[in-house]
Amino acid sequence: MDAKDILGLPKNSITQEKKSRPQKDSQRKPDGISREVYALTGGFPPLIPAIEASQLKKRPPSDEKITWQWLPFTNSARKDNLHLYHWVRIVNGVPPTGDYSFAKYNKSVDIVKYTDEEYEKYLTDPMWTKEETDQLFELCQSFDLRFIVIADRFPSSRTVEELKDRYYSVARAMLAARAPSPGDISGHPLVKEPYNVSQETERKRALSMVLSQTKQQERKDAEVLAEAKRITESRMVARGAEESELPVPSNAGPESAERAAIPSDTVSPSANVQHPSAAVAPSTITVDNASILASLRMLRVYLRTYALDQMVQAASSSAGLRTIKRVEQTLQELGVNLKPRVPTKAVCAEHLELRREILTLLNLQKQEAEGSSYRDGSYGDTPGTPKHLSHGGDQDRIFVPDMNFAGERIGKRDQKRKAPGRLSEAPLPAHKRPRKLKAADL
Amino acid sequence: MSLTTSSRKQGENQPDDGASAAKPPRIKIGKSSEESDKKGAHRRVKDVEICVPIVYGTIAFYLGRKASESQSHKWTVYVRGATNEDLGVVIKRVVFQLHPSFNNPTRVVESPPFELSECGWGEFEIGISLFFHNDICDKQLDLFHHLKLYPEDESGPQTTKKPVVVESYNEIVYPDPSENFLARVQNHPAVIVPRMPAGFNLPYPVSIESVNEREKGDTKDHPLSQWFMNFSEADELLKLAAARQQVQAHIVKLRRQLSVMDGPPPLLKQPTGYDYT
Repeated sequence: MDAKDILGLPKNSITQEKKSRPQKDSQRKPDGISREVYALTGGFPPLIPAIEASQLKKRPPSDEKITWQWLPFTNSARKDNLHLYHWVRIVNGVPPTGDYSFAKYNKSVDIVKYTDEEYEKYLTDPMWTKEETDQLFELCQSFDLRFIVIADRFPSSRTVEELKDRYYSVARAMLAARAPSPGDISGHPLVKEPYNVSQETERKRALSMVLSQTKQQERKDAEVLAEAKRITESRMVARGAEESELPVPSNAGPESAERAAIPSDTVSPSANVQHPSAAVAPSTITVDNASILASLRMLRVYLRTYALDQMVQAASSSAGLRTIKRVEQTLQELGVNLKPRVPTKAVCAEHLELRREILTLLNLQKQEAEGSSYRDGSYGDTPGTPKHLSHGGDQDRIFVPDMNFAGERIGKRDQKRKAPGRLSEAPLPAHKRPRKLKAADL
Repeated sequence: MSLTTSSRKQGENQPDDGASAAKPPRIKIGKSSEESDKKGAHRRVKDVEICVPIVYGTIAFYLGRKASESQSHKWTVYVRGATNEDLGVVIKRVVFQLHPSFNNPTRVVESPPFELSECGWGEFEIGISLFFHNDICDKQLDLFHHLKLYPEDESGPQTTKKPVVVESYNEIVYPDPSENFLARVQNHPAVIVPRMPAGFNLPYPVSIESVNEREKGDTKDHPLSQWFMNFSEADELLKLAAARQQVQAHIVKLRRQLSVMDGPPPLLKQPTGYDYT
């Protein structure tokens, strides 16, 4: 007690814990079995009780009279008529009937058997003597086609694959010889999937190689494969980029064959690979465009909308999801369809340029936001959240009032009449600068 | 290349025989041009893009009194030229894939006008596969269109007079056409071919065998043509130009603001004029 005071420990807590624990333990003692036995099973109640604790106590069915007798028995699986003795459980004076309960497990494989004439007729083989074949079959019979064991015990040294090959070809030949018609056996696995010696040897060799690889080798292999993958991918891009400069080969055939050859090409880094892999990383807009264009040219035919989607994707590849959403939001505010309703060449080009310009604008806005929030800390804005600009908060919204009048007209989707006349008048008064941009400028 | 030499020999001899032999008028593949034809099939024209504007969609009529539970609407799905010209010049056949509940849901239309009419009650997605002539492309082009039977505003009973029309505009682009193809379609109204550089020589146009059951392949006087929608790129171009102007104005303004705040702003990439070759 005094020691506790000196140490500054709370007075009663630990002793209380100690006292409560043994109580808890004894509380947990299971009934039905003693505590030590319970402790043998792990000491804790099992997740799913395997045996009801209550069952452990009451077992003897009261109405049956059980005695045990020492009786002889025979095993039908044995051929030597051996009589052995064992304890037998007698219920109400009636001994159990039936065969030895383990006799049913005496299964064996049905080995093909051939007579000598059959051997002469179908089974002769330059590599095998009749003696060897007979020996093989004996071993197969006694060892139930466990070829590993058979190979060990085979008098002359033959590989497992050779033995298997001989056995299966004999079996197949016998099957074919005995079958009334070839159609009957065509479904038999021996005929459908014949044993392939060379394939098996190769497979086992490869398997042993893989299994015996050291950790270092494994790592090297993984590296090489990853490198190969990267190279083939950058090669595809490089090919696309280069294709636009090189003269296109005249035949369709070689083109497709080339492209097919590229993926199968594994580790062979060539000079061109170095350049695109360095160029791809900074990924300028022109490289993306060129590669998309080139890949489009590879197609014999494509839809304009498909081409536009590809270009839009390429243009937004550097932007995050949020930015893309903002671009789309801006487009909507401007009254422009996210997907052009009349996707002609000119319209798609304009659309793409507009998207690019919006991206530039958003980037500028972000810059400005970062700059201003850095400078004017009093606004309390967190830097880098361009959405909540202090003084630039209206910038996104600026588009709406300007374009509203045009926006409502654009809303009509399936107007039958052409309405260029109406729209051409409308924008002029609203814009201070004369319209200097025309589609023909592209 | 022995193939070309042997055919050249043939070409030299042929003109005499060609005149005497009676040829069916449709098949104009004369043997004298076989050599250039073969080359023309393989030689592709770079930097020339053939464009075929198309419109595809559905028109659905409510059958009114004649409507039954399972057949309440009569609809037509079609692919037509945007200016209603004959698409048979590029399209060999169109395969419409209907809902599996239809009998023979895969319908093949071998000649223009490429359309299909059916009766039904349900809306579903129709698969439209375009197959082109042999000298154009082996690949097919797949489009999808949702069949709309019921009008947007559900006010009032359905009318048998005004159909529900949904059309989509698109353009088929052939980036590197073969010489033969180009020669064949150069002056066809359904096809947009850019101006060729001066002095560019194309082989003599070789027309393809076409099984034209109906003589007229264009849809100019089609019974449903009164419902066809108009797609004018002018509207869209105007909108886009106006939008671009606005954005550019804002960019200039921001740049000025930034330069005031930060000093000379970092040089941002000017959007390059996009080149579609």
